[in-house]
Amino acid sequence: MATTIDIRELPPAVSVDPNRERMLREAEKELPLEYRAGWHDELKPIFTTGKGLDRDIVETISKMKGELEWMTEIRVKAYEHFLERKLPAWGADLAQINFDDIYYYIKPTEAQGKTWEEVPEEIKNTFDKLGIPEAERKFLAGVSAQYESEVVYHSIREDLEKQGVIFTDMDSGLREHPEIVKKYFGKVIPYKDNKLAALNTAVWSGGSFVYVPKGVHVQIPLQAYFRINAKNAGQFERTLIIAEEGSFVHYIEGCTAPIWSEDSLHSAVVELIAMKDATIRYTTVQNWSNNVYNLVTKRAIAYEGATVAWIDGNLGSKVTMKYPSIYLLGKGAKAEIVSAAFANSGQTQDAGGKVWHCAPETTSTITSKSVTKGTGRAEFRGWIKIYKGCRDSVSAMRCDAMLLDKECYSGTTPVIEVDEEKVALGHEATVSKVGEEELFYLMSRGLTEREAITQIVNGFIEPFTKELPMEYAVELNKLIALQMDAAVG
Amino acid sequence: MAAAETLERPVGTDGRVPTLQIEGLHVAIDGHEIIHGIDLAVNKGEVHAILGPNGSGKSTLAYALMGNPRYEITEGTVTFNGEDVLEMEPDERARAGLFLCFQYPTSIPGVQMGNFLRLAVKARFGDKAVKTFRRELQEKLRLLKMDQSYMQRYLNEGFSGGEKKKAEILQMAMLKPEIAIMDETDSGLDVDAFKVVADGVNAMRGADRGFVVITHYNRMLEYIKPDFVHVLIGGKIVKEDGPELAVQVDQHGYGPIIEEVRARGEEVELPEEGGATYAREEPAARHHDPFRSHGRTAI
Repeated sequence: MATTIDIRELPPAVSVDPNRERMLREAEKELPLEYRAGWHDELKPIFTTGKGLDRDIVETISKMKGELEWMTEIRVKAYEHFLERKLPAWGADLAQINFDDIYYYIKPTEAQGKTWEEVPEEIKNTFDKLGIPEAERKFLAGVSAQYESEVVYHSIREDLEKQGVIFTDMDSGLREHPEIVKKYFGKVIPYKDNKLAALNTAVWSGGSFVYVPKGVHVQIPLQAYFRINAKNAGQFERTLIIAEEGSFVHYIEGCTAPIWSEDSLHSAVVELIAMKDATIRYTTVQNWSNNVYNLVTKRAIAYEGATVAWIDGNLGSKVTMKYPSIYLLGKGAKAEIVSAAFANSGQTQDAGGKVWHCAPETTSTITSKSVTKGTGRAEFRGWIKIYKGCRDSVSAMRCDAMLLDKECYSGTTPVIEVDEEKVALGHEATVSKVGEEELFYLMSRGLTEREAITQIVNGFIEPFTKELPMEYAVELNKLIALQMDAAVG
Repeated sequence: MAAAETLERPVGTDGRVPTLQIEGLHVAIDGHEIIHGIDLAVNKGEVHAILGPNGSGKSTLAYALMGNPRYEITEGTVTFNGEDVLEMEPDERARAGLFLCFQYPTSIPGVQMGNFLRLAVKARFGDKAVKTFRRELQEKLRLLKMDQSYMQRYLNEGFSGGEKKKAEILQMAMLKPEIAIMDETDSGLDVDAFKVVADGVNAMRGADRGFVVITHYNRMLEYIKPDFVHVLIGGKIVKEDGPELAVQVDQHGYGPIIEEVRARGEEVELPEEGGATYAREEPAARHHDPFRSHGRTAI
């Protein structure tokens, strides 16, 4: 017997910060007028594999990194699978990607810095402009900064290190903790999952490796920042997060790229494993420039009593295809996927979430908010599967789309498959426009049309924004205001 | 308009151009004319009541003055402090000091009342007003017996009838308009809320502010004493006088006024609902009411 539940009645996942409102107000004072991250550095990388990909290049990457044989083997097998695997027949149009015209590996510097002073000046300036060192000083427990294919800066607070928390780049993780990496690498997302997961497994470089020991709570977030700089660059970071029993970690990633007329490709693989009663929150505020194909596979496993939350904000990029997923493998495990997408002219945001209920008393919520403008396209794909025997499971899916212009497109493809009777399900979808009466009401109080629309749009995605730490909510509101101003073309 | 000339019209007290001056105003919605020529002059310091049965064009007048794009001005002029209001967007009118207290305030999900108020105050008075915002807000909240928690709530969302009207008065109090148009502010209020709202309005009365109080219900005018009363029927102002006119309407209804107009040889276009219907509080959307829920469609 399926009953309806209201997703809005579920308690919020984070408490509200008292400074939040003040910060949001501050942000309104300095709204950006253009894509602020669109510059590029004239930096000559110390090594690249050149354009295109073959078996030699895959082996060269592995060799340069001094990897163990098992990893080289996985890379080569994944490469072979990549060659024979077709692109997905559904979703966004990927036919224009020229896989021969991409640099698969670009090494920007010789060594990774442990302090910003050790990072080459030009790269450091770039991250300064992006506000990373400042954010690190203010509110982060650790920072990883990836530039092209390599992590160029890495830090973690000493107290966390003392508690046994590992936060490092994936290459170092593999070198320093091969036994853990070997145990979990590719177990949540095998390379045969899809063509781009195969590509990532073949050429991966950088990304984060996070290990949180039993019972350790990392109270303030860890952040990784991914920056593409070169033309035709490919970025293929690989992230693995393992939260041991009863632990807690919040990982945040941000990303930007210069504006190039040539396309870039970002194709990450992210695997999360939340052991019994552990919690992993994974927050993304993506702000790629409009020439980036962003094709990412993100998946998590949640064991008994564990919670995994994907908080996924997709702005920018030319095409994004991303459906963060969660396997609920243990009794009482919880999944939360909250996403927001903004598709402006020329952009496609094909996003959503998937949850597999494989144990009783499991809970999942998928909430999606999409805004489309100009000729932008947004597609929501939600997928929930509840297997037989997963009694007393609860699932709610909700997707809301807002269309700002006549030519934009928004579609929804929700799928709910339930083999168990004793569950509670909810599903709701809405499509709206900026209503004339809402606009008139706000304007009748003195707000300009632009201010009024921005308020309505910010209000619309507020269920997403409130999930973000304050600083990122501020950033997101700025990015949305920027999207509102962006010329249609 | 021959008829209007025979009526004794209230004019600016000292012969200056009135703050809000409406002349020969005709308003249509979807090509259907609702208001057939209205003249009205409102000065700061004055309270004008516009009385009329349902469907006589009262709300149409209010929305048209505020610049709702659905309302087409087919004829006539409106000036505010001598400036052509009809050339102004709704936000420009608001910043100039015109305010509309909505009969059915629109809810805006996700937009917190407090943040919105701050933006509105900033739009009207500029950055410097933000400094005194908090203190002033506290003061007005106390005046209107509103809880601080209002500020975290989403604009009008899930508000009761009374809460919505109080929120409107709060906005008015913060934006300090020169002319405030109050569209059926008494509808949907219980006695307590009514009292609070009326007190709020009275506290704002003064030499620097004029009011246009639209109502079909005399109760409002017992609390908010008008200086002038205009009776609007069938899209025309058919009778104007001092406060005693409201009492007269309250006692005898619109019947005698309609007869009077007919005796003058004029036609009166009676609304579909017939005469005054005092009991209807939150009427179902009328045929010309654009404020129906057409924003969101569930699929």
